[in-house]
Amino acid sequence: MSTPAVEVQNLRKVYGSGHTEVVAVRDASLSIARGEVVGMLGPSGSGKSTILTAMALINLPTSGRITIDGTPVLDGPKALVDLRAFRRRHLGFVFQKANLIPFLTALENVQIALEVNDTRPRQAKRRAMELLDYLDVGPRAHNLPVALSGGEQQRVAVARALANKPGLILADEPTAALDSQRGRQVMELFGKVAREQNAGVIVVTHDHRTLDVFDRILEMEDGGLIERPTSQTQSKP
Amino acid sequence: MNLAVRDIRHNAGRFIFTTLGIGLLLMVVLGMSGIYRGLIYEATLLVDRIGADLWIVQGGTRGPFAEMSRVSASLEDRARAVPGVASARRFVSHTIQREHRGKPLRIVVEGLSWPEDRGAWIPLIAGRGIERAHFEMIADASLGMTLGERIELGKDVYEVVGLTRGLVGSSGDGLAFFTVSDAMAIQFDVPGETVRLEREARRERVAASDLGRMQPEFIERAAGLSSGIPAFAKPQVSSVLVTLSPGADMDAVRTTFGNWPDITVYSTQQQKDLLLSGMVDKAKRQLGLFRVLLILISTIIIALIIYTLTLDKVRDIALLKLIGARNGVIIGLILQQALLMGAVGYLIAWGLGRFAFPRFPRLVIIEVADLVSLAVIVAGISTAASVLGIWKAMRVEPNTVLAA
Repeated sequence: MSTPAVEVQNLRKVYGSGHTEVVAVRDASLSIARGEVVGMLGPSGSGKSTILTAMALINLPTSGRITIDGTPVLDGPKALVDLRAFRRRHLGFVFQKANLIPFLTALENVQIALEVNDTRPRQAKRRAMELLDYLDVGPRAHNLPVALSGGEQQRVAVARALANKPGLILADEPTAALDSQRGRQVMELFGKVAREQNAGVIVVTHDHRTLDVFDRILEMEDGGLIERPTSQTQSKP
Repeated sequence: MNLAVRDIRHNAGRFIFTTLGIGLLLMVVLGMSGIYRGLIYEATLLVDRIGADLWIVQGGTRGPFAEMSRVSASLEDRARAVPGVASARRFVSHTIQREHRGKPLRIVVEGLSWPEDRGAWIPLIAGRGIERAHFEMIADASLGMTLGERIELGKDVYEVVGLTRGLVGSSGDGLAFFTVSDAMAIQFDVPGETVRLEREARRERVAASDLGRMQPEFIERAAGLSSGIPAFAKPQVSSVLVTLSPGADMDAVRTTFGNWPDITVYSTQQQKDLLLSGMVDKAKRQLGLFRVLLILISTIIIALIIYTLTLDKVRDIALLKLIGARNGVIIGLILQQALLMGAVGYLIAWGLGRFAFPRFPRLVIIEVADLVSLAVIVAGISTAASVLGIWKAMRVEPNTVLAA
């Protein structure tokens, strides 16, 4: 059995203390394999983003362990590795907004992710161009983000997330700003990426129209995670 | 990939206007040091060019450039008799203000001890030296006079026979050279009515005295020409300039003059030091304070602009942190922008200064040392100015990028 892209054990996150204490996540555990696309659903404030940002290593949990690509990275709030360096090498991010750097072209937005990971500029440029072509936005490579449509921007963001061949891609409502057709295209893209790049993908979403693209669906309820059957599992005899 | 350059390219308008403003400020900073150097040059120009070894001035005074100095014209002959003195000449210096072509004109009147000194040491750009005892002058081009022009000063008319360039006094007013007697005539010119009234008053004072009552010819003499009365003899000169014989011991000559109680003697260097420690020293401090203020203002402007640019990039910085960019990448982005802003501002200052400074009314001298020191200052203030932006950037949390 291959190493999971991410493993979360008994994650707990508490904000505030005393009478202002709020438990955002209580003893959540999950495991996502490489090549797997997992959807995470739940109402606003249920703790989805808290789990996602904990896995992104930018929101330290109160307790619990997180292991990414077989490397233990967090034991409660204690970092076991250099988190920023780890993010650089192992994680990819896609957000509701593409969050492209406005003064860089589409190509440069992908290239910068490679260069901060010590890839030589010429090599980074070649790889960035390959990714943009792979995601069908190659012809817009030299445009600034302002000249790209929402869908194109999101594809560039996906290309940036894939740049360093991460084992885990974290997506936070990536289709919220897109119309249904483009939203579906992006969701299908995650499936393609997971299979072809052998990356684990976890997508936080409210969009119930695209649930069929997920291999598994996790639902947050009262700070805990429960697994929900997908359309594929439901249709099984 | 250079993020700083790309961000600047994206915000080109803001960058251009900001650096233009900084450039103008730095030009003034550069100009301040240039004006100071110009002041020193102009203040010491005459002392340097006139070629005297010693300046004999009124006892207890600091010489004609610092204050009023009056010595007897006969001091010239006394000085010549001192062993080691090759030559001595009278020197007169004073400033007048007259109308010229409908505009006020300030002239520093310098008297040359004609015929010994015909102004051969004066660097002429046109014309000749003073060849006649009266009514000829050499004028600096900054006075706006032309060769052959005739100028009325006092009761006499003087012809411009020679022109110089860049010969100005410590106040920046152009120099004009005359014979000593002409320079004194210009200085002590009074209206005829004043002369008549003074003669009449003098006559009455003598007539009222015992001397006048006992010797009536004194009354007649008192009503005559002032120059004919020893007590009202011609005014004295400003100083006497001494040139030493080759190989003469300056200290020995100075010791001799030092024993004369009616005069004070200065070397050329001392005369320059007196000039610089007086008026120029205050100007230096004033200009220095302005420089410090302008440098502070430039620093604050660069800091605020860099801080604003950093605030505009908070999400981008958060994203860079999220994708794992090292602090060096982010610090480099901000620091390079500040340094680029300073460097471009510096080049603008240099370029504008080259165009503007020659058009300033006072001489502005920019030396390589000034350019180098300003470059170092600009590098320093740009670095200091980026600290605020870097401080802000370091406090940005990567999860800021997730905020809506």
